[in-house]
Amino acid sequence: MTDARSSPLNDILDRHRHDGTRLMQILRETQESLGWLSPATITAIAADIGWPRAKVEGTAGFYSFFHTRPMGEYRVLWSDNITDRMLGNLDLMQAMCQKLWLEPGRVSEDGLVSVDTTSCTGMCDQGPAVLVNYRAIPRMTPARVEHMVELIRTRTPLAEWPAEWFAIEDNIRRADVLLGNDMMPGDALKVCLARGADQPRIETASNERSFREAIHTGDAGPGATLDEIKRSGLRGRGGAGFTTGLKWEACRNARGTGENAAHYVICNADEGEPGTFKDRVLLTRQANLVFEGMTVAAYVIGAGKGYLYLRGEYRYLLEPLESVLATRRRAGLLGRNILDVPGFDFDIEIHLGAGAYVCGEESALIESLEGKRGVPRNRPPYPVTNGFLNQPTVVNNVETFAAAALVALNGGDWYRSLGTPRSTGTKILSVSGDCERPGIYEYPFGVTVRQVLADCGARDSQAVQISGPSGICIGPDEFDRRIAFEDIPTAGAFMIFDIRRDIFEVVRNFVHFFAHESCGFCTPCRVGTTLLKNLMDKIAAGHGTRYDINEIYNLNRVLQSAAHCGLGHTACNPLVHTLEKFRPAYERRLKSLEFQPAFDLDAALSEARQMTGRDDAAAHLATEPETSR
Amino acid sequence: MSEQTFNLDGQEIPFAAGQSVMQAALSAGVFIPHLCYHPEFRPHGSCKLCTVKINGRPATSCTTPACAGMEVESNTQEVLGKRRTLLQMLLVEGNHFCPSCEKSGHCKLQALGYELGVMTPHFNHFYPDRPVDASHPDVLLDFNRCILCELCIRASAEVDGKNIFALSGRGIGKHLIVNAESGRLGDTDFALTDKAAQVCPVGVILPKRKGFAVPIGQRRFDAEPISAHVDEFKPVTPGAGGRP
Repeated sequence: MTDARSSPLNDILDRHRHDGTRLMQILRETQESLGWLSPATITAIAADIGWPRAKVEGTAGFYSFFHTRPMGEYRVLWSDNITDRMLGNLDLMQAMCQKLWLEPGRVSEDGLVSVDTTSCTGMCDQGPAVLVNYRAIPRMTPARVEHMVELIRTRTPLAEWPAEWFAIEDNIRRADVLLGNDMMPGDALKVCLARGADQPRIETASNERSFREAIHTGDAGPGATLDEIKRSGLRGRGGAGFTTGLKWEACRNARGTGENAAHYVICNADEGEPGTFKDRVLLTRQANLVFEGMTVAAYVIGAGKGYLYLRGEYRYLLEPLESVLATRRRAGLLGRNILDVPGFDFDIEIHLGAGAYVCGEESALIESLEGKRGVPRNRPPYPVTNGFLNQPTVVNNVETFAAAALVALNGGDWYRSLGTPRSTGTKILSVSGDCERPGIYEYPFGVTVRQVLADCGARDSQAVQISGPSGICIGPDEFDRRIAFEDIPTAGAFMIFDIRRDIFEVVRNFVHFFAHESCGFCTPCRVGTTLLKNLMDKIAAGHGTRYDINEIYNLNRVLQSAAHCGLGHTACNPLVHTLEKFRPAYERRLKSLEFQPAFDLDAALSEARQMTGRDDAAAHLATEPETSR
Repeated sequence: MSEQTFNLDGQEIPFAAGQSVMQAALSAGVFIPHLCYHPEFRPHGSCKLCTVKINGRPATSCTTPACAGMEVESNTQEVLGKRRTLLQMLLVEGNHFCPSCEKSGHCKLQALGYELGVMTPHFNHFYPDRPVDASHPDVLLDFNRCILCELCIRASAEVDGKNIFALSGRGIGKHLIVNAESGRLGDTDFALTDKAAQVCPVGVILPKRKGFAVPIGQRRFDAEPISAHVDEFKPVTPGAGGRP
């Protein structure tokens, strides 16, 4: 780096216009180029964007995929969802570590490689999955592990690895209106414009968007389209189920403030809920429909700019999605004067996340989009009035935008005819776990769990975890319940566990997940999720008692009532649901004592044993004989 | 127009427009336990000690705007029990050794422990490894006691204009950092006179060479419980939401 002006870092900073709100992309691209974010690099970035250095370091330190220490030329991260566990990821990871003479989480002495686990990477239907330098590789096998170790040892660039390793299957098993549609790009927008064509256009030239803002609901294109969205009954597909029409209307009615007054459309593709992968498939197969939905939203609320927040695990989708955007720009479906309508200006940019589940929460997502730590905001105010850059912002899930495009195209009444009266339309389920045909299933709302299980070839099912760890766990006596907002609402995850599975280990995996993903803002979630993790590990080690079960309930009460956001509120859900329905899974591990200290004398000697290389009987303390109940 | 009020544990609390439940309560002389709230700063609601029940639903009183007719429960066994658990969480998360701490008797965490009757830490201590920073000529940073209230961050950014502190890490690994490539306070322009040096509710930011000037037993919260100091926490100007 003799010429400072043309260094990779300066090129990146120039490309991002030295804009601090673009810090996430600056950090990611810098790391892709330089390998890691050294203290000097962080100082240089902070000076360039005019932020305090510690604030830049704070952002870099928040996200799992940014490293402020060198992590090796090759970073292998094993997806550690329960579905990966069930497919044997831990054995494979251990084999890989042995072959590389590595401990998980540590960089090899020669700085070549590190191997670790990461939260669910969204490949549950084709696990066990890994990320190698943040590129997804599904379907790991012992043979692949062996081959991969060889490629790493010989420092073979990723570009020369077998191409078929990087192939991601869509596994669409059942398509309905969303996955089965064959809409031409722009068709929904043309219908939107036609809805307003017979209405007189009100031109006020005070600003570019004025003609849209001057039109009242119901008068012409944007208002008429909003009416169709409202009529459709469409509700958000990200889990919370807020009525889309009301959200758009509130945002449309909100005024931007200050010199940079604007409205924004954000698509939440931070699909982090373990067991969910339907947005990955939608963005692979129906990217045009999603972008069309975002453009419809922009038309309705009067937005000029949109962002797709793509989770870092889906890095491989960045280039294909950029190419879809480029095609749409060439077709006049993005950019200035869309479809030749003067002032209809809208463009979409893709923002890549960096491994933080909490950014799926919309206000944390906005913080992240602004270059900050992904910490959920205090609400109210809500994003519809004070969102991105404090301006009115619509944040919707990928599937919601795709559905909105179809509503715009076919009308609200058509959409309402699908599903149930309170849950209109279809829902895409990400089915994984113990079944013959894991993959993507799109159903009209109202389908029973039993039907889904039959369709995917699940046998001897013991439990289904619906909507991920923060959702609900149901047993066979509830399989006639329906997927719908009025019964079992879901963001899409559908993980099946048959009678061979240990539900306790399922829950322990989820509890570890929440502890890893807590943002740490509020006391109850930051400390409570780790306390829960320790409790579950204590029970797993055979030291649990009824006292510990009561502790779980106590912590649940505190997290439910005092946590800052949904992550903390729901972190105990898997525990509470399974304690109610699968209590023997816990009780068979308990000692019958009323109290058992978490401190394990024998375990405390493990370090000494390791240092002395001893593992004989005399190097162990006799543990107390188990008292039978 | 008559004064607007809400009900707090059976007592009518008047409030000015824009005040939070916490500000109104403190103005009326009713103490609600808190750690990350400070009358001079905009509340951000992270410690959750001030959690109350409003119309039957849990809420953070420092960030919830007061509304006429609210029914607020603060001094109930249920709410107090949860606050006790939150305090215990903070006590095991860091390394808090009151008997040898210079801040003992001036420490809000300790004072709230006494106030709420926290007799044990209840949970297993985490015993985190947090090195002390003694690089600054006048100030010692003992991260062992940090409860992540962010008051020093806010004070340094909003009053001192220096941005000396920030947070890094995530979840249980979240920690306070210093604005220097070395990470050391000695390499910043931090001064003992900074507002940020005055706001720490616990014993992280301590002046050097001034240990135990007031004997333990004669300190602020030794004489009277923290709830008796309610006047010190009243909003600076009525209705103000702290610094913007």
